[in-house]
Amino acid sequence: MDFTFNEEQTMIQDQVEQFVQKEYDWETRQELSNSDLGFGADNWKTFAELGWLGIAISEDNGGFGGSSIETMLIMEEFGKGLVVEPFLETIVMSSGLLDQHGTDEQKSEVIGSVINGEMHLALAYAEPQSRFNLSDVVTEAKVDNDNFIINGFKSVVMNGPSANKFIISARTSGKQLEKKGISLFLVDSDITGLTKADYKTVDGRKASDLSLENVSVPSECLIGAMDEGFNILDESIDRSILAISAEAVGAMEVLYKTTVEYTKTREQFGTPIGKFQVLQHRMVDMFMEYEQCKSLLYMATMKNEEGAPDAKKAISGLKYQVGKAGKFVGQQAVQLHGGMGVTDELNVGHYFKRLTTIGTIFGNADYHLKQYTSL
Amino acid sequence: MYNYFFLILGYAKMDLTFSDSDLSFRKEVITFLDNEYPADIKEKQDKRIPLEKEEIVRWQKILHNKGWFAINWPTEFSGYKELSVTEKYILQEELAKANTPTTIPFGMGMCAPVIYSFGTEDQKQKHLPSILNSDIWWCQGYSEPGSGSDLASLKTKAELVDDKYIVNGTKTWTTLAQHADWIFCLVRTETTPIKQEGISFLLIDMATSGIEVKPIITIDGSHEVNMVYLDNVEVPKENLIGEEGQGWNIAKFLLAHERSGIAGIAALKRELKRLKELSSEIPLGEGTLLEDSQFRTKIEETEIELTATEFTELRTLAAMSQGGSPGAESSILKIKGTELQQTISELFVEMLGYYAHPFYLENEIGSNETVGPDYAAPVMPHYLNYRKVSIYGGSNEIQRNVISKAILGL
Repeated sequence: MDFTFNEEQTMIQDQVEQFVQKEYDWETRQELSNSDLGFGADNWKTFAELGWLGIAISEDNGGFGGSSIETMLIMEEFGKGLVVEPFLETIVMSSGLLDQHGTDEQKSEVIGSVINGEMHLALAYAEPQSRFNLSDVVTEAKVDNDNFIINGFKSVVMNGPSANKFIISARTSGKQLEKKGISLFLVDSDITGLTKADYKTVDGRKASDLSLENVSVPSECLIGAMDEGFNILDESIDRSILAISAEAVGAMEVLYKTTVEYTKTREQFGTPIGKFQVLQHRMVDMFMEYEQCKSLLYMATMKNEEGAPDAKKAISGLKYQVGKAGKFVGQQAVQLHGGMGVTDELNVGHYFKRLTTIGTIFGNADYHLKQYTSL
Repeated sequence: MYNYFFLILGYAKMDLTFSDSDLSFRKEVITFLDNEYPADIKEKQDKRIPLEKEEIVRWQKILHNKGWFAINWPTEFSGYKELSVTEKYILQEELAKANTPTTIPFGMGMCAPVIYSFGTEDQKQKHLPSILNSDIWWCQGYSEPGSGSDLASLKTKAELVDDKYIVNGTKTWTTLAQHADWIFCLVRTETTPIKQEGISFLLIDMATSGIEVKPIITIDGSHEVNMVYLDNVEVPKENLIGEEGQGWNIAKFLLAHERSGIAGIAALKRELKRLKELSSEIPLGEGTLLEDSQFRTKIEETEIELTATEFTELRTLAAMSQGGSPGAESSILKIKGTELQQTISELFVEMLGYYAHPFYLENEIGSNETVGPDYAAPVMPHYLNYRKVSIYGGSNEIQRNVISKAILGL
C-alpha cells in the first residue's frame, strides 16, 4: 500500500499549486469569471505550454500518457483556486473519450488542437427529462444514406459557449431508457440546424442548451460503434466524477481552513468566536468530512486506474460522499462567516456555490446512493 | 377543517373543529382575495418575480383598507375591528395560500409596536398613521460590522449637543434601506461598564444630511441589504424613544414582538404543497420524481417537522393569549422555522437537477431569456439567499444558547 506520488506527479502538483497561488488571486478569478469568455484565454495557453492539457492523453495520440492520478492532482489544486478554465469539460470529459474511442481521423483532427490549446470541446449528454440517467436519451439520430440526421435537445451543456465541437449522445435504436441503441457523435458547434442558448451558471461558469433540428452529419462523425455509445459515455463520466470530486476536495480544504482562520479573528462577546465549543465541533466535523472525501477520492481513483471490478461502486460511493460533505462544508462555512458569508464580495459564498453545483453534476447524492446499492 | 385553538386554549374539551363563525370568516377572506388581490401582482408573485416597492405598497394599502394589515396592533391605534386569535390564524393561512406578497415588517411589525408602547403622544401621532397606510417606509439600524451576534457591543455613537443628537457610526445588513424613508437605530449614548445600559433607541429621517447608503450584493446576486454610514448626522432630541439608556430593553421587547408568525408556517405549507405538485410532473424513468422513494421520504420528513412546528407555534400563541410570556419559546420557532425554510428551498434545488444551475439576475427572472422549466430561474437564488435566515435575527447558534440558558437552565 502506497499513498505517495511519484516524482512527476509531485512536480505537476507543485506547478499547479504555484499557478493558483501566483496567477489566480481572488480578484483575477472574479474578473475572468465575469468576462465575456468566462475564463482566461491566456491561462489556457499557459496550461497548454506547461503540458497540462495533454497530460492524460496517450502518447500514441501525442499526449504525455499520464494517469488519472495527474488529473486528480490538477483538479484538486484547481478546486482550491476555484479555477474557471474548462479543464473538466474540454480535457477530462471530452478529449479523454476521443483519445480512447475516436477514429484516427477524429483524433488527428481534434486531439492535437486540444493539446496545444486551440480547440475547446463539450460533452452534451443531459436532456430535460433525463435527470442523471445517461441512458435516458430521446434525441434521435436517423441513418440517411451516408449521413445521420439528428433531432432533439440537450440541456445544460457545460462549456457550451466556448466549444468548437460537441460530443452528442443520440439514440440510433431502442427505447428511451435503454443503454443499447445510444450512439455518440462529434459535431461542429457551427453546424446548420444546431441552435445554442448560452448562459452563465451559478458557479461562475458558462453553459448552453442545444436545440438540434435536422442536423446532418456524415457517418465519419460517429464515435465508436453505432448503438454502443453508452459504455464509452459512462466511462468518461466516471473519470469526470473522479476529477470533479478532486476539485470538490480542494474547495472543501479551502473552506474549512478559511473558516478556522476567520473564527480565530472574529470577536464577539469579547472573545474570538473560535473559542466557542459549538463552533469548534462544527469545524472539526467540516475537517473530518473533507478528510473522508479525500480518502474515498484516493481509493476510487486508484481502483479506477487499476481497472478493479468494484471501481464503479467506489466512484458512486465517492460521489455520494462528495455531495453530502460538500453541502455540509459549504453551508457551514457560510453560516460561520455570518452575514459576510452570504455576500458576493467574499469568496466563501462562491466556493459554496461551486460545491452546490458539483453536488448535482453527474448525479446527486441520492442518485449515487442508489447506484451504489445496485452495483 | 380543524380549529387547533380549542385544543390548546384549554377550552372545556379538546376539539379540533372550527366554529360556524370561523368558517364564515374564512369565506370572507377567500372572497376578499378573489375580488381584491390585483391580477398583475398575483402574476408576478406566482412567477416568483421580485416586486417593485410600488406593488408592495399597493397591496399593503389594500389590506389596510380592509382592516387586515396591522392586525396585531391594539385597535385604538389601528382603528380596525379586533380579530380573534383564530381569525388571525385563518387570515394568515389564506393570505399565504393565495401567495400574496409578504408585508414588510420594519414599520408595521417592528417600529410601530415600539412607538405605541414606549413613545410619547407626539411620536405616536407623527409616525403611526404613515406606517399604517404604508406611506413611510422604515428600516432597522441594529447590526454593525463588529456587532452581529453580540449586538450589545454596538459602537454607533449619539452625543447630545444642545437639543440634538450627533450620530456617528456604521450600520450593516440593513434590509431595504435603499427604499426607506426612516430608520430606527440602536445607538450608544453613554459608555457604561455594562454595555447594555448605554444603549438608546433613536428614530432618524433617512433624508438627513450625513447619511449614505451603499448596497451589499449577496450571493444570489440581489440587492436587498445595505451598509448605512452615519457621519455627523443631526437628530432632534424628540426622536429619542423612551429614556436614554433604555434602548436595550426596547430591543428585547421588539424581539419578543417578532415571535408571532416568525416561523412563516403558512407560507411553508404552501411551498411544500407546490413542491409536491411540481415534482409530480417531473418525469423520472417511467414514473415521476415525487414517486421516487428517496425524494418522497425527504418531502414527508419535512412535512412531519412542519406539522410539529405549526403546533408548537399554536401552543405558544395559545399560552400568550392566556397571559403567558413566552420569551425563549420564540427561539424554538425561529430555529425550526428557518431550518424548514432552508430545507424546502434546498428540495426545490434538488428537484430541478441541472436546471437549478443557470444563473439570472433579479431583473432577468420571469423574462423569456431563461432556460429550463418556467419556474426554474428563481429557485437557486432563493436557496442561496435563504442561507441568511439561520444567521439573521440572532443566529440559530445564539437561539440555542437562549434556550439552553432560559429554558433548560444550563
